[in-house]
Amino acid sequence: MAEKYDCLIIGAGMSGLAAGIRLGMYGKKVCILEKHTIPGGLNSYYKRKSHLLDVGLHALTNFAPKGTRSGPLPKIFRQLRIPYDTFKLSPQVKSKIVFPEHELTFTNNIDDLISEVHQNFPHETDGFLKLIEKIKSHNALSLSDSYLSAKEVVGEYIKDSILKEMIFTPPLIYGSAWENDMDFSQFVIMFESLYLEGLSRPFGGVRTILSSLEEKIKKLGIEIRYRSGVKRIITQDNKAVGVELLNGEILKTDKILSSAGLPETMNMVKEETPTYLTGGLSFTESILILKDRPKTFGADSTLIFYNNDKIYKYQKPKTLVDFDSAVVCFPNNFEKDDLNEGVVRITNIANFKKWDDLDRKSYLIEKEKVYQNSLKLIKKLYPGFNHEVIYKDVFTPKTVKRFTGHLGGAVYGSPEKKKDGTTAFKDLYICGTDQGFLGIVGSMLSGISMANLHVLMGNK
Amino acid sequence: MNPQEVRTNVVDIIADIALDEDTSNLKGDVSLRDQLDLDSMDFLDIVMELKKRHKIEVPQEDFPKLATLDSCVEYLTPKFIH
Repeated sequence: MAEKYDCLIIGAGMSGLAAGIRLGMYGKKVCILEKHTIPGGLNSYYKRKSHLLDVGLHALTNFAPKGTRSGPLPKIFRQLRIPYDTFKLSPQVKSKIVFPEHELTFTNNIDDLISEVHQNFPHETDGFLKLIEKIKSHNALSLSDSYLSAKEVVGEYIKDSILKEMIFTPPLIYGSAWENDMDFSQFVIMFESLYLEGLSRPFGGVRTILSSLEEKIKKLGIEIRYRSGVKRIITQDNKAVGVELLNGEILKTDKILSSAGLPETMNMVKEETPTYLTGGLSFTESILILKDRPKTFGADSTLIFYNNDKIYKYQKPKTLVDFDSAVVCFPNNFEKDDLNEGVVRITNIANFKKWDDLDRKSYLIEKEKVYQNSLKLIKKLYPGFNHEVIYKDVFTPKTVKRFTGHLGGAVYGSPEKKKDGTTAFKDLYICGTDQGFLGIVGSMLSGISMANLHVLMGNK
Repeated sequence: MNPQEVRTNVVDIIADIALDEDTSNLKGDVSLRDQLDLDSMDFLDIVMELKKRHKIEVPQEDFPKLATLDSCVEYLTPKFIH
């Protein structure tokens, strides 16, 4: 007879790995099940022709200088017993929100953004300061579930629609599963993590984070199985009792923490389940390896949130890709440049269904068009750019679906979140994207919180 | 185990949780929350480490007794039986 686990974790992404570490630390018999051959899920990496490439992570949010005790990042270091220096964080230089007639620069010091707002929108300074106070006093990590429109709340403080659109651009593209708006609590998390705490890059990119988590997992003797997709979650009397793997093997367990997503997890339960919305927001990304570093053609920002209109359309486009907006990431442009070559990554909002419907030949043609548009955008932003691209790759919503398993290639999952992690089934809990904490730091915190709440404390 | 040894054991646990902190000069009578910004998640860890390392159970209603290093020692010394 198969041995019974205390907890099975579905997915070896950031949240699943963090949850596994918490449970392993306190002697739980745990197994992490991952259908791919490497960890990371949405935040992963690959190697092509000797170039090391990251997917997912542009920058780590929630920057905290060494010695900071409060906030999400120090909390993660403590909970996972990872020393601060492990990630070798290098802060961003500066980032820009670029609209047709305005530019706002922000850094890891909120005073810079406040003075930018004051210079560009002097009549909004007071409102912006009050908004910051409102955000600081809001308990965004409360696990209650009600949705409050962030645009409505922010509208009480910011009257200028262009400024409002500009402020919303980074929080939306870096974490919203909703079109054009987001839950106020999620907006607060994003605002704090992007503007109040700020951005940094771990030395070596996403690999550094993943390998430190993997090392912990190894040290604690936690079982992790790659190439082990879950075919179904087995329930009995409305309670999760085990899983069947794609290879037919059955594993029994007391509890399951699933980071596969809410609708995706429900699809694994082969009886009647509530239905949840599939997210509609997916992306393409062009990754360019350059002969020269971005500084040589004048690019000195870390991130550029570009929008070619007064309104920022954060929605599923009617076409394959929306070229009116983009995020341009220059991984070389952190305080310390740890890369061996110049890299630019350009992210656009895209339509999964349109990409999924393409035949192989058109798919390749459209990928090339995304790349050409990325070149055009860099040239527009930096006329000195000289096109010396030594390697390029483009990923599409189909790639996102393949690596995250998210239905519709939805990068940020379902618009329906389960902040307390509970599902219609006893002992089956959600962590990760669809639990609702955002970003890499948020997803680790999600795994930690759900493991603490439902497995470590739930046993008392 | 004498109170000094209990104190050392508690400080060892705190040092492992707050890896980047200097725990050699913790004040006995100031709350750990104020000295190290420990939050409820960290206190849960102290309780779980006590159970894991020393087989000591701290019921939830007794968590407030762990507020300072002195109160930890006073509360835990009778529980450390050797």
